[in-house]
Amino acid sequence: MVGPQASEIRRDKVGPTMTEGVEEVAAAPIAVADTLVRPVPWWAKVPWLPLILLSPMLVFGLFGQWLMPHDPTLIDFTNTQRPPAWLAGGSWSYPLGTDNFGRDLLSTLIDGAYVPLIVAIVGVFGAALIGITLGMVAGYFGGWVDALLMQLVDVKMSIPATLLIILIGSAIGAGLPTILSAIVFLFWASYARVVRGQVLSLRERGYIALARVANCSNFWILTRHILPNVLSTCIVLVTLQFGGAIMIEAGISFLGLGVQPPASTWGLMVSGGRTYLGTAWWMPVFPGIAITMTVMGANLFGDWLRDTLQAQSKA
Amino acid sequence: MFNYFLRRLVRASITLIGISIIIFVAIRMSGDPVMSLAPEDATEADIAEIRAELGLDKPVWVQYVIYAKNAVQGDFGRSIRYQQPALDMVAARLPATIHVGLSAFILATLIGVFLGVTTARYRGSGADYSIRMGAILCQSAPGFWLGMILILIFSVNLHWLPASGRGSAAHMVLPVVTLGLAAVASTMRLTRSSMLETLGSEYVRFLRSKGLSEDMIVWKHALRNSFIPVLAVMGLQLGNLMAGAIIVETVFNWPGVGKLMVEALQARDFPIIQAGAFLLSIMMVSINLLVDLLFGIVDPRIRYE
Repeated sequence: MVGPQASEIRRDKVGPTMTEGVEEVAAAPIAVADTLVRPVPWWAKVPWLPLILLSPMLVFGLFGQWLMPHDPTLIDFTNTQRPPAWLAGGSWSYPLGTDNFGRDLLSTLIDGAYVPLIVAIVGVFGAALIGITLGMVAGYFGGWVDALLMQLVDVKMSIPATLLIILIGSAIGAGLPTILSAIVFLFWASYARVVRGQVLSLRERGYIALARVANCSNFWILTRHILPNVLSTCIVLVTLQFGGAIMIEAGISFLGLGVQPPASTWGLMVSGGRTYLGTAWWMPVFPGIAITMTVMGANLFGDWLRDTLQAQSKA
Repeated sequence: MFNYFLRRLVRASITLIGISIIIFVAIRMSGDPVMSLAPEDATEADIAEIRAELGLDKPVWVQYVIYAKNAVQGDFGRSIRYQQPALDMVAARLPATIHVGLSAFILATLIGVFLGVTTARYRGSGADYSIRMGAILCQSAPGFWLGMILILIFSVNLHWLPASGRGSAAHMVLPVVTLGLAAVASTMRLTRSSMLETLGSEYVRFLRSKGLSEDMIVWKHALRNSFIPVLAVMGLQLGNLMAGAIIVETVFNWPGVGKLMVEALQARDFPIIQAGAFLLSIMMVSINLLVDLLFGIVDPRIRYE
């Protein structure tokens, strides 16, 4: 599928026109043959930058236990606020330095990836599940169900994210449930809106009408004929929101509504390091870089995925 | 036009009722108010009396009506910590929040639109690529961390700008930049994609063939038509900036509504949170309503949706 298209492009580029030299005309068939035998290598199709950016979160979160050079909870008051290895006073046994309790920063950083990773995955999939279900039901049945859902989406959109987080935090207190419900509350509406819009046009298609004629139940039509068609858009949304969820976790930790110490997350490390900005800048800076890398990786990966899926559906 | 206005007004009111229900539920879930009011040695009868006094023995929907009536009259109770009316305390902090939120909004709109138009015009150039990467970077960094980095660079190391508090114009710079960066990025990306669509259209080609200067085409003709989707998001943007200030205010010790609410959250001073949430939501809903109306004037097609 790729071959002929690529060769056409090459031929255009080489473009043997009347005004150009003979060598160019001779060169054209070789160029075509060249692209035909050598398709795009697999490594050129891999989104390297997003994957590299996402790798600390994934590797630390999944295999962190075996990677930590020190015990992340080991307190050592003789070794506090040691700078990163490349600065004066640093040592390579503590590559990123130590915090105010003398804990190795790299080890706490590795330790702090687990909770955000799990929370982001569970939260985003929870939101997707709720949002997709509501969106499909609203788009398919229409009428007052649809009107009610759109009103709900409207209300949700009118409440600023930070405000909603504070309200949830004051309702159920600090901890994991707050982070999870905040992510679900903040993200379900995007799925509901997108899915509803798609279902509105899908349900007018001929094959849905045929399915109805064939006496399929509404549940069957929704799950077997409509759901597969909306999933690809939702997968892109999931990737983009993974980054958003990491940000929300960080924000909640900053407000003191997330998981509590001694458990550690990157957001908690940034907010804990705030007091030491003047004396031990590495404490808030490195976890912040880790968060930014992850979010950026997720955003770029989502963009790549969207472009790839769009190109596929056109081909 | 009048019908359109009425429809939007009804929608805004329903939204406000929805928000009030969310706030009501959140505050009710936060714990039994009787327990915090009753003295240590209160008997069952005393507690029942307090409960009746607060109207907590009535069905939930009656409680909501009482609560909504009080809210409309601006009565959110007294701050548990300061023993002052909650609404007055929040209202006193409102100017500081509007100050920083509005400044960030103006900054974000001007710079964002300029960058969006420029990157669309020089699409595919090195500048386009690096500005777009910069925008993604700004949107990927948590606001409070960005604020800390700015403090680290400009206050701790360079001693150029104050790190916290409110007073001179210099105090404004870091909070406004921190708050505005993500908004600049999103305005820029939106303007760029809308501009690209316009620049590819028939009438722009016609203007080019007419021999109009590129500056004239881009800034006068294309921007006007590209601005509508940007305007649609600007209302949400402004509201988000006001509420987003909650975190930035905490980083920079800016004495606004957000900082008051975060302190109240830590002290479990719920009347303040309630009043703050209400005030910010009302502001947000009114801004959106205003933008909707503006929209109806700018783009008559919307009215007949």
